[in-house]
Amino acid sequence: MHRILKPKLLFTVWAMITFVFLFLPIFVMVVFAFNRPSLASAPNFDGSNMSSLSPAQIGDVTLWNGFTHGWFSVALHNPLYLPAIIKSAEIALLAATIATALGLCAALALARMKRRRRAPFDVLVYLTLVVPEIVLAVGLLIFFVQARTYVPGFPELGAGTILLGQVIFDASLAMLIIRARFVGMGDSLEEASYDLGARPLSTFRQVTLPRLMPAVVAAFLLSFTFSFDDYVVPAFTNGTTNTWPIVLYSAVRFGITPSVNAMATMMFALNVLLLVVTALILRRSRARVGPGQEEAKGLGGAMGLG
Amino acid sequence: MKKAVKVEPEPRTAAPARRGRSFKPRYPAWLVMPSLVYIIIFFLGAMAILVAFSLATQVGFGQISFGVSFANYREVLDPLYLSIFARTMVMAFLGAALTCAVGYPVAYWMARYLTTYKMLALLLIMVPFWTSFLIRTYALKIILDPGGYLATYAGIDIMYTKYAVGVGLVYNYLPLFILPVFATLERMDWTLVEAANDLGAPPLRAFRQITLPLTLPGVVTGALLVLIPMTGEYIIPNILGGGKFEFVGNLIGDQFNAAQNQPFGSALAISLMVVLSALVAIYIIFAGKEERFGA
Repeated sequence: MHRILKPKLLFTVWAMITFVFLFLPIFVMVVFAFNRPSLASAPNFDGSNMSSLSPAQIGDVTLWNGFTHGWFSVALHNPLYLPAIIKSAEIALLAATIATALGLCAALALARMKRRRRAPFDVLVYLTLVVPEIVLAVGLLIFFVQARTYVPGFPELGAGTILLGQVIFDASLAMLIIRARFVGMGDSLEEASYDLGARPLSTFRQVTLPRLMPAVVAAFLLSFTFSFDDYVVPAFTNGTTNTWPIVLYSAVRFGITPSVNAMATMMFALNVLLLVVTALILRRSRARVGPGQEEAKGLGGAMGLG
Repeated sequence: MKKAVKVEPEPRTAAPARRGRSFKPRYPAWLVMPSLVYIIIFFLGAMAILVAFSLATQVGFGQISFGVSFANYREVLDPLYLSIFARTMVMAFLGAALTCAVGYPVAYWMARYLTTYKMLALLLIMVPFWTSFLIRTYALKIILDPGGYLATYAGIDIMYTKYAVGVGLVYNYLPLFILPVFATLERMDWTLVEAANDLGAPPLRAFRQITLPLTLPGVVTGALLVLIPMTGEYIIPNILGGGKFEFVGNLIGDQFNAAQNQPFGSALAISLMVVLSALVAIYIIFAGKEERFGA
């Protein structure tokens, strides 16, 4: 008995330490979003616009001074944060929609294509996933600048070019997620549908799509998240547009301010909330899967993405 | 950042060969065209123009004359830049090795010992995985801040050093490693270990002779999955290295931001791609192996 117990204990301790390592920084960030400014810096706050205070004026914010929830309203009133978040959400929503549509179409065609025929496309897709983002970002920057010069009507650097750049990665990702599920589903139900006289389009609508839905949802959410959180491609192709990661990044490089903590905390909370809601939705759809399905990819398969 | 995502290997359709089957439901091949055209225009287009720029020469500030000149690549071979390439590779390899060392026991623990709380543990790994890379790096910066508790009371002041960058790499990529390795361990046939134990093998030997060989392809895949994006890392060295400990990615970025030497930046970018393709080649070999063994 003790032979199995001892390694188990060691592993458990190690895992606990790792979880602390993973969550301690986030925990500290959340706690310090409620940190009061130090006494020494208090005079700087008199009558000033709090969101324009520099980190030096705010003073030591990485040591605990006392509780306040004031930073949350400071963050929400910051002239940069909310517009940037809304802009990011708009771009990410469009990018995820386009990417999921592109990925779905490609996945349908590729899943049952012969390996040799689809190989060139596969190579391209893996290439888009493997190329470092910084390389893609600078490549897109010069590409967009040239295109603007030589192609009439091409958008100038801004939200449009950010979108165009992000769809590349998102579409590849969406294709792989949807295809993995499509292949796993097998084709017996579709065959049955054809045998019963349904046309291809109604087979797709009534048989294929509903069963692909969890993967489509997962692909959409993952694309959305990646676009929303993406910094590198937008940083080089944004022109004068500010997205939330760009604002966050410049704030982070500038120094640590509790209002950044507060905004980041709100975004983190929203993220966890979305994750839980998605988990519940996927779980329900998993319970409803029909016959002929080898194994429904649940939350783990669809969202963890192994 | 770009999280390289590994999608589950496609399960083989285990349909028995049906004879006399007249018809297979297929979707038309042209459905692949929209993505294909998109990727060719914007992805291959961007890469092609990068190659063209890397062969061009800078004339004055921001003026470029196109041609075929390898001067930019010769400049990449300058010891100064080669040392940055070497540093990036060393850091990425060390980071990936550390991630393995920290992550493998966790994945093992989840797969072997957890039952009721397995989903919870998985969710706890997934929360950081789904949280903004930037927010997590920022959170780490708060902890490592020279004025923070760690520096003030524990005397660990590593901000803006290679150690901070290393911690950042492991911290940010750990979930990406644990998830696929956990999947591999989860699929393993644990009764083999039981059999070994019953036959008198001590636990360590059973691990060395059964668990490790069976999960090794998954571990190598996971390690390369974090090694590849670590090599192209841009955000972590910038935030936690504070410009004092640059990776190749930062060097490339600098050529397009401050230095405005786009041809040289392009040559650096293409060189980084060449280095990475070697890693990807290894990845493909191992991915193929894993599929064959089904481990």
